[in-house]
Amino acid sequence: MLVSAQDNVVVQGLTGRQGSFWAERMAECGTRIVAGASPGKGGREVGGVPVYDSVADAAREHQLDVSVLFVPPLAVRKAAGDAVAAGVRKIVLLTEHVPYQDIMHVLAEARDHGARVLGPNTAGLVVPGVASVGIMPGFADNIFRPGSIGVISRSGSLGTLVALNLVSAGYGQSAFIGIGGDPILGTTTLDAVRELDEDERTEAIVLVGEIGGSMEEDAADYIAAMRKPVVAFIAGRSAPPDRRMGHAGAIVSAGKGSGTSKVDALTSAGATVVDLPSGVGDALLAAGVKPAA
Amino acid sequence: MKLLEHQGKQLLAQAGVPVPRGRVVTTPEAAQQAAAVLGCRVALKAQVPAGKRGKAGGIGFADTPEDAAGSAARLLGSELAGSHVDAVLVEEAADIAKELYASVLNDPAGKGPLVLFCPAGGMDIEELSARDPESIRRLGVDIRTGLTADAARSLVTGLGLGEHVEDQVTTALLTMYRLYRTVEAELVEVNPLVVTGAGEVVALDSKISLDPGALGRHAELLADLVPARDDTGTELERRGRELGLQYLELDGEVGVLANGAGLTMTTLDAVTHYGGKPANFLEIGGDAYTKATPALRLVLDNPRVRSLVVNFCGAFARTDVMTEGVLAAIEELRPELPIFFSIHGTGEEKAIRLVRERLGVEPYDTMDDAVKAAVAAAAGPVEGKVAG
Repeated sequence: MLVSAQDNVVVQGLTGRQGSFWAERMAECGTRIVAGASPGKGGREVGGVPVYDSVADAAREHQLDVSVLFVPPLAVRKAAGDAVAAGVRKIVLLTEHVPYQDIMHVLAEARDHGARVLGPNTAGLVVPGVASVGIMPGFADNIFRPGSIGVISRSGSLGTLVALNLVSAGYGQSAFIGIGGDPILGTTTLDAVRELDEDERTEAIVLVGEIGGSMEEDAADYIAAMRKPVVAFIAGRSAPPDRRMGHAGAIVSAGKGSGTSKVDALTSAGATVVDLPSGVGDALLAAGVKPAA
Repeated sequence: MKLLEHQGKQLLAQAGVPVPRGRVVTTPEAAQQAAAVLGCRVALKAQVPAGKRGKAGGIGFADTPEDAAGSAARLLGSELAGSHVDAVLVEEAADIAKELYASVLNDPAGKGPLVLFCPAGGMDIEELSARDPESIRRLGVDIRTGLTADAARSLVTGLGLGEHVEDQVTTALLTMYRLYRTVEAELVEVNPLVVTGAGEVVALDSKISLDPGALGRHAELLADLVPARDDTGTELERRGRELGLQYLELDGEVGVLANGAGLTMTTLDAVTHYGGKPANFLEIGGDAYTKATPALRLVLDNPRVRSLVVNFCGAFARTDVMTEGVLAAIEELRPELPIFFSIHGTGEEKAIRLVRERLGVEPYDTMDDAVKAAVAAAAGPVEGKVAG
């Protein structure tokens, strides 16, 4: 899922502390925030943005393309459902600890309505110079700069480090897609790879994976058939087995989800796997991708 | 949250899946008594949250109550797969004619529930899928409509199980699915689901794991379950759990404090890459990003730590807030070891200024340089001051 300069964004939970703080940061990045939705807070304004009681109310006054949710875990199912029902086609779920079966409901509803979901437990989406939806430092020009590298990351903090390394090496990003750290995600690694492969502005993909699950392996067949170069980094290769590394999905168990399995699958698919994020620039150069002038 | 076998079986039995008669005991005497009441050959199974207990020696059999006491005495108090055995399940030994596999779980690829059935059970599902992937039948379920009887039946027919067994397995699958939904499980697995000599279908083992994010909605369920004592890990790891921090003690000398699971893992990878050994995994991202002070105390209380790398990349977690916490902790604890900073992202100007002003230390431009310095310091003589 990508975001364009023309996309109108509604912020669910705009009246909260995080919602208002990040709405301001997102607006600094060029994001068109046209409305907020917070139950019982309709009629207020936050930073000049009108707040409605529901997304449905907001949708009567505005064309809404994207919703980003700053709502607590147990409120996500209803809030996201409201956005989908109101016809919003792109939903960004930042919240961590959302019950998995709630997410499955949201994803099933979204599928029926033709809406795309990013997250949950994602840091969001950045198209440098165009828009930022979520909680990434899209406003920091030492980290995000317009360019041709599409970045996919499960983690916000690690994604930030990789984006920083790209800019230090002279590259910019066509998009940053934070897919999220949960096991059940609206946009998987494969979904994001496909999206960036089809995106004209993206010349190469940097895939930031981590141990656990099999999302990276699941994307390998598609990557093998791609023409755009893919550089990958897999976090957690030095992790001991059977210990959960922070993210709910990050565990190596019964030999599944190991760094070795991911590195092997990606290498066989023709991707260059680097040992550390600082190696990303050199790997892109070796793959024939030139830094921005 | 993983349930123990007997807790899972309690839920299965309440939902309507047949399980063997049995009782949980904590002493050899109680095991003897339980075996006498059952009045048959019994199985004694250590109640620890680990698979492959049979191979690890966690399952015994006894023909007499006296043997049951002896077998329980061997199991109770022993260590099995990293867990202390506090309880043993004594149950009637099954007369097994056939072993099947059945589970309901969250499927990342299908983004919904998935029901699995295999007519060859017993070994674990990873082995099964490696050996004979074709034998595993899979069915994705739309969570809004649920599993229908016809769909469940389609998984078990055409395998020569016979109508009587097919009926029972279909019912078991439907019941397992209902249980998965009611308790909001991540996994409900019965392996093996056995067919007895008399043609009855019984859940011989159970692996149920509950969604931690949904536990708040199931207070009544949790009240019923005697929670498994989580005494795993080191003293520092238990302290971390009490503080709500993800702390894992490792066997190296370079302490690591970073935000976010991905970045923390990467910092560990970098320490390893540059020839050092990390002393811990500790992430203070997400909700925990305001807990820098107790987090740092945890890292420093590990006596093996000889240097520390602080690596912050702020997205949601603001580096200035995390740095404030770390500095306050440093000023309070006055650690006698060198600390190396790398700080980028949301709030970085203020965070870097704070480190300069309050510690007189210059953060490194890159994670790699900070980690290299920390690895070198851990390998060298103890310096006894904060360095940068």
